[in-house]
Amino acid sequence: MEAVLLQFLAGLATGSIYASLALALVMIYQATHLVNFAQGEMAMFATYIAWALINAGMPYWAAFLLTVAFAFVFGVLIERVVIRPVENAPVLAVVAVFIGLLVILNSIAGWIFTYTIKSFPSPFPAALGIRYMSPHQVGALLVTLAVLALLYVFFRFTPLGLAMRAAAQNPVSSRLVGIRVGWMLALGWGLAAAVGAIAGMMVAPIVYLDPNMMAGILLYAFAAALLGGIDSPGGAVVGGLLVGVLENLLGAFVIGNELKLVVALVLIVGVLLVRPSGFFGSVHVSRV
Amino acid sequence: MVTVTILLIAAACALPFVLKGYHTFQATLVLIYAIALLGLNLLTGYNGQISLGHGAFYAMGAYAAAILMDRAGVPYWATIPLAGAVCLVVGFLFGLPALRLEGLYLALATFALAVSMPPILKAHFLEKWTGGVQGIVIMKPEPPAWLAATGIKLNADQWLYFFALAVAIVLFIVAWNLVVGRVGRALVAIRDHHIAAEAMGINTALYKSLAFGISAMYTGIAGALGAIAVQFVAPDSFTVFLSITLLVGIVVGGLASLSGALYGALFIQFVPNIADELSKAAPWAVFGVFLIGFVYLMPTGAAGAVRALTTRLRGVKLSTPKEDIP
Repeated sequence: MEAVLLQFLAGLATGSIYASLALALVMIYQATHLVNFAQGEMAMFATYIAWALINAGMPYWAAFLLTVAFAFVFGVLIERVVIRPVENAPVLAVVAVFIGLLVILNSIAGWIFTYTIKSFPSPFPAALGIRYMSPHQVGALLVTLAVLALLYVFFRFTPLGLAMRAAAQNPVSSRLVGIRVGWMLALGWGLAAAVGAIAGMMVAPIVYLDPNMMAGILLYAFAAALLGGIDSPGGAVVGGLLVGVLENLLGAFVIGNELKLVVALVLIVGVLLVRPSGFFGSVHVSRV
Repeated sequence: MVTVTILLIAAACALPFVLKGYHTFQATLVLIYAIALLGLNLLTGYNGQISLGHGAFYAMGAYAAAILMDRAGVPYWATIPLAGAVCLVVGFLFGLPALRLEGLYLALATFALAVSMPPILKAHFLEKWTGGVQGIVIMKPEPPAWLAATGIKLNADQWLYFFALAVAIVLFIVAWNLVVGRVGRALVAIRDHHIAAEAMGINTALYKSLAFGISAMYTGIAGALGAIAVQFVAPDSFTVFLSITLLVGIVVGGLASLSGALYGALFIQFVPNIADELSKAAPWAVFGVFLIGFVYLMPTGAAGAVRALTTRLRGVKLSTPKEDIP
């Protein structure tokens, strides 16, 4: 029983990281109806920046904040420069651009930082650990929850958050009331990239830092976002925690660690087939 | 068109007598990639179903061939149709649920398939057949005895090249027949407007899953040939980056174009070699830049550019006599 509890809590900790990456995916989906295949690599790249800053002697939390700021600017730039030209292009073109972005970020990271696996520090003091969870697991969970709370407050209670939601929901009317929809989309990308960067920095001490570290994480985040409903931020969080717990329990007791990724595949295909709108997503109806 | 094709085949036949050993091997790989790209193009280019997971079917074909040769002692030439059949069935079955997924979601599901392929191949319960992380080493096929009896002397590399060339020619002819006829028109109609296609009486469900199956079969055959050529299969040769390579191939070569498969194959075989001299990471950076660049600037790919160029040249030829008239 204790082993189950241990795996359950570990699942919650990793699940919270999947939840934040899933949230980043959902934010971009809500704004542009696109699934960002490069989200994981963007997070990975930001994590490398953090690593470089820490290695240059910067204290962890300063590097953390600077990296989040960098990721935000980077996300805005990517939207303005790379994504905007294909905004209304066919799906294949958009997917190709995302994949191109993924490959470029991956190879640039490999180019600059080499492919050797690096360890990434965890900032949390040992006192944070409880009986069944390591300090980093508790810390990652807390940081993720804080990010979620901040995002909720931002979107719910600030004028800018409202404008961003409006721009995503109804671009034409938003434009008519004076919201600069294009910039709102770019801001959404920036925020998503920042959230992704936090997820990257939280997961790096667990999976170690290397250019390919996010491939699996991104898959879990996809599964989480779909499970919760790809257009529901709250759903992404619930989905992330569920996927994390499910992955850990199944990996530990049923199918073994090596086939954990297959859980994500089965979840993705299963959700898309059985309930494409997930648990909390809105059902999509199209007129023909 | 016919003359160009005949000239091309003649040149392809002469190639292994001009090239040295390793270059013959590279030419064989180009043919193999061309078959795989042809398969992906039938699905993504002609039928509009985006697959980011064709590397998984390539892996399945490769493993099917390797297991048949290594464990069952099947001769190498017989593994090609068998691997094709396996991938046809698996592709068709994967195509059935894929029917309900459109565009982005299909891309997502196939992406997941590609990412989870290596762990599946490494799995313990399959180790008896797949050899786990170690993979399987297979023997290089020798030129058959009857060939030597007729007085033609080929080394193993040359023989493999001709074997791949024969398979490629057959598959290109089949694809051409598929594309210019009723089936091809149905596939394109589904891609362009699936509701209109259905209203015209096309069985979209059947055609879409059939396209998936045939596409997987092509890529699986390429995988089987690839395994025979490389003489080795291992899970880590079939990561998601293989699928991405194939995507790069069809976008650069030209979507919905048969000749595009050849251009794409040349691109993905030789460009990384050139870029490799710069850095280990450079080939992928180049792939990424080309992928985005082609989407922006040349959405019809190399095949589209060649088509535009030939029509322009022909136009110039036709218009010159007019100017001669005083």
